[in-house]
Amino acid sequence: MANSNELKAVLTSPVVNNNPIALQILGVCSALAVTSTLETAVVMTMAVIFVTSFSNLFISTIRNYIPNSVRIIVQMAIIASLVILVDQVLKAYAFAISKQLSVYVGLIITNCIVMGRAEAFAMKNKPFPSFMDGIGNGLGYGFILILVGGFRELFGSGALFGIEILPLTSNGGWYQSNGLLLLPPSAFFIIGGIIWVIRTIKPDQVEPKE
Amino acid sequence: MSNQHETFGKTMTVVLAVCLVCSIIVAGAAVGLRSTQLANKEKDKQNNILAVAGLETDKTISEVFSSNIQTKLVDLSTGEFVENVDAAGYDQRKAAKDPAQSIKLSAEQNVAKIGRRANLATVYLVSDDNGQLQRIILPVHGAGLWSTMYAFVAVKADGNTIEALTYYDHGETPGLGGEVQNPRWRSLWVGKQLFDTQGKPAIKVVKGQAHAGSKHEVDGLSGATLTAVGVQNTFTFWLGEQGFGPFLSKVRQGALNNG
Repeated sequence: MANSNELKAVLTSPVVNNNPIALQILGVCSALAVTSTLETAVVMTMAVIFVTSFSNLFISTIRNYIPNSVRIIVQMAIIASLVILVDQVLKAYAFAISKQLSVYVGLIITNCIVMGRAEAFAMKNKPFPSFMDGIGNGLGYGFILILVGGFRELFGSGALFGIEILPLTSNGGWYQSNGLLLLPPSAFFIIGGIIWVIRTIKPDQVEPKE
Repeated sequence: MSNQHETFGKTMTVVLAVCLVCSIIVAGAAVGLRSTQLANKEKDKQNNILAVAGLETDKTISEVFSSNIQTKLVDLSTGEFVENVDAAGYDQRKAAKDPAQSIKLSAEQNVAKIGRRANLATVYLVSDDNGQLQRIILPVHGAGLWSTMYAFVAVKADGNTIEALTYYDHGETPGLGGEVQNPRWRSLWVGKQLFDTQGKPAIKVVKGQAHAGSKHEVDGLSGATLTAVGVQNTFTFWLGEQGFGPFLSKVRQGALNNG
């Protein structure tokens, strides 16, 4: 069993040091789509944390029984079931948000982070560290999502969680909102900016020149 | 992940066991949460009706529905109200699939590409607190580019002037056809007239900008020509003879003024 230091590293390293979006450039598609407001970003984060952690846990628990030849299919079955579960729960208890997230909850199935962690970590490690790894990677994904979502909502619609922070000119305030930030491509620029900042602070993340 | 698990029997056993457990979880969630989800859908629909009802009130949704909004059924072929069917329990989408309760539209009738049309349609009559009829809310639907788009149109008691429009269920591309939900675009519809002076359906979604001051034209949606065509077809159908045409012509002659 891994000691507590290793566990902590498994949990925290994906947040900045080994961030799935910023370093591994995985899961960018949904990061563009669900970050126009902070609320959807937070809900999406929670959904992904749930799916990655539990898919890692279950896959790791049965890793010694999963036949190698069909392991991807078994992993997908588990991941897909968890995603459907999340989707159903959101539809029942957070209908408005599930309408906004629309297909992107279902698309967690295809999120490379979930699959990547199942294949790279859960198949080789014990259940508890795998669970932690799932939470860590979900947090890493969510960290970027919430940064981007906060930035986009604040400067795109002058609000956070729908509460007005910067009074918009259209409502008689002084802030002229930036319409580009409400469109998906802006998330590209912001994620690019975040990657730049992280790699400036941590030069070891820069890929060697070819 | 060693090879000792690679026999055919073991592989099948593991795969079947995983499938079984997963399907139980998925089915359990779907069945267990179904009633809550349906309640949400119903509430969402009521919210959308309220959004076009234009009532300024601090009552709760269910209070408004019991005091200000009357749910009625209209026989589309005659335009008369039908009183002997329970309006609250009527499901128009279900009825449209039932051959006994719907008609199949012929190719030239099927403007909105909906295939079948229920014989009875739900309408909502909105009155103010004094019981004065304010608006008539008509549910309409028709094919867009990708999906069937469902909307509520609120019409003044004159049966001609649009008061509000809301698209509440569709699967068009967000940002393009999905702009049917855009409040700015929907507000363009307010005050437009459904029919011309001869009583013919006249509302028109034009490509580009509507002529200034036009009573019947609404701007199209840029980048969503086919969705806009779908919106046009939806209105053409539901204002026509197979849709609310007979009902609205009765309304325009004042059928609702004494009731």
